[in-house]
Amino acid sequence: MSVPREVTRHEDAIPQLADVNVPDELKTWIEQRMAMYPDPKSATIPCLMQAQKLHGWLSPDAVRQVAAVMRVTPAYLVSVASFYDMFELQERGRHTIYMCTNISCMLRGADAVMAELEAAVGVSDGDVSDDGIFLRRFECLGACDIAPMASVDGVYVGPLTVDDAKQLVEDLRAERDVLPAKHLTKRPVAATFWSGGAPAGSGAGEA
Amino acid sequence: MDELLFQDIDEPGLNTIEVYERRGGYETLKKALRELDGEQVLAELQASGVRGRGGAGFAMGTKAGFLPKGTMDKYLCCNADESEPGTFKDRELMQKNPHQLVEGIILASYAAGINKAFIYIRGEYDAQASILEAAVREAYEHGHLGENIHGSGFGVSLVVHRGAGAYICGEETALLDSLEGKRGNPRLKPPFPANAGLFQGPTLINNVETLSNVSHIVKHGGEWYAKIGTEKSTGTKLVSVSGCVQRPGNYEIELGIPAREIIFGLAGGPLPGREIKAWFPGGSSSPLLTPDEFDLPYDFDSIAGAGSMLGSGAIIVIDDSVSIVDVALRTASFYKHESCGKCTPCREGTNWTTKMLQRVADGDATPMDLDLIAGVQQQIMGNCLCVLGDAMAMPVSSMVNKFRDEFEAHLEAARASRTPLADAPAKLDLVGGLVPGVIA
Repeated sequence: MSVPREVTRHEDAIPQLADVNVPDELKTWIEQRMAMYPDPKSATIPCLMQAQKLHGWLSPDAVRQVAAVMRVTPAYLVSVASFYDMFELQERGRHTIYMCTNISCMLRGADAVMAELEAAVGVSDGDVSDDGIFLRRFECLGACDIAPMASVDGVYVGPLTVDDAKQLVEDLRAERDVLPAKHLTKRPVAATFWSGGAPAGSGAGEA
Repeated sequence: MDELLFQDIDEPGLNTIEVYERRGGYETLKKALRELDGEQVLAELQASGVRGRGGAGFAMGTKAGFLPKGTMDKYLCCNADESEPGTFKDRELMQKNPHQLVEGIILASYAAGINKAFIYIRGEYDAQASILEAAVREAYEHGHLGENIHGSGFGVSLVVHRGAGAYICGEETALLDSLEGKRGNPRLKPPFPANAGLFQGPTLINNVETLSNVSHIVKHGGEWYAKIGTEKSTGTKLVSVSGCVQRPGNYEIELGIPAREIIFGLAGGPLPGREIKAWFPGGSSSPLLTPDEFDLPYDFDSIAGAGSMLGSGAIIVIDDSVSIVDVALRTASFYKHESCGKCTPCREGTNWTTKMLQRVADGDATPMDLDLIAGVQQQIMGNCLCVLGDAMAMPVSSMVNKFRDEFEAHLEAARASRTPLADAPAKLDLVGGLVPGVIA
């Protein structure tokens, strides 16, 4: 056996497509993504994310599926996945709450909101509840204008009060839109927002 | 001051190409491709003096000029991995005016002879990434991207690439490794990305806000742009104000206005009944400033002159209800979590600093530990491949030095509340010495 040039190309350790049952949709997605880069390996992170979306987490099966299509070893993919916070190498729930507890959110009471979330979900930081809600503290999510805030299944909501925390978990359990009035994407730029929602462009930039 | 990047930012549908073009969008691109060559566009960028908005503040035109000439694959990476705590300006730009960024990327590529561009956006910005993907699709459909754009012979491709949650990938060389499908470890420099960057090709890396400025610079000319702001900090700046203020959010300011105008004028000052005791002028990596520095002009050089940095333009305000000890601990634990682990001073330094600050917070320390903490920070700075370790060492040093009294008062209060040693049951651990906590 020849010595492999790099671990990602260790042929013996790459699962064969014939042995792995890759969903067609995922296979097509990965192939299209790989074609977007001069070096197909660049597609690693997006492809892992797509597989995680499909499987709910990066299960060994999910990793093998990506490995078989990308022609890299599963070990390589796990080495990459373990570096990034958004990849889950252990099973998690149907819903994910990332609660920001970094400085700006901390200054506005994030720890109290987190404590309430833990009580409402019934788990502590980093755990999954029996009904499938995964809760974890997260570093700055880039929305300190609505601090304290959380990302719920990727949707940014804030500013959160302790009461909002209860409502948020209720909404999730009822499979409803979470705190619809507090979605970040509905918020105008600060100068407009704080002047009472006047039309965009009026008075902004003036002290 | 007229707004530049935030002009009519909340106009409904501005994120679509119809509205953007109706407002004159992409006209600058067409005109530049028709009337100017790449060198002339580059000259405008250089004349504008625009400095990088991501943190380092390096002149963008100079950086673009470092790329070698000649025909080869050259790359542009737009750094949209906005993760510096307190920073959220790029998020608003990408969500509300993605085409302003896309047009800037195409123009910058034209200036530097780049044929392949990428936007590396942090994975948490799901909504914004989808908006960008739609914008890029539209730009292709309208012929602004692809080969032979508007018959000019110039072509560039653009791909939106999502990260997966790692602060370090905002560091330019870690970003490149991540974009190549690897763990996001920083690289040794030199070679610099301008010579050997993405796929070892010449690469220009710029922040979202920097690139969003490009179409305005090309439209009005570099000289016009250079008149905004101060001599060495030209243009407008988006400032993300957060923490203990009444009106947190993104504000567009002319560089050089007093910080007081931003914190008190725009952001409304402290919450009722509170007083500001410290502020980060440029994200959590910047050394803390105090209220007697409110009148500093908010520009790159003035903030640097005060021993801090303008960084990403994120002002985080801390009031008198907050313990600096808690702020220091939270800051250090963030960098500990985000250290990639490649260089020892950063990996060990962030870890031990966090442990020591935890002991301080718990009251299990003495003032000598503060000296030890300060000493460790000195061992981190300048000793790693990238500045992540420095990004913790700088603010933590500033907190321990400027707020030493508060740290000592905290320790003294903890000491005073302990059972005096004489009354405590004798407790001696033969291996570790006196058990911590018994030493009053």
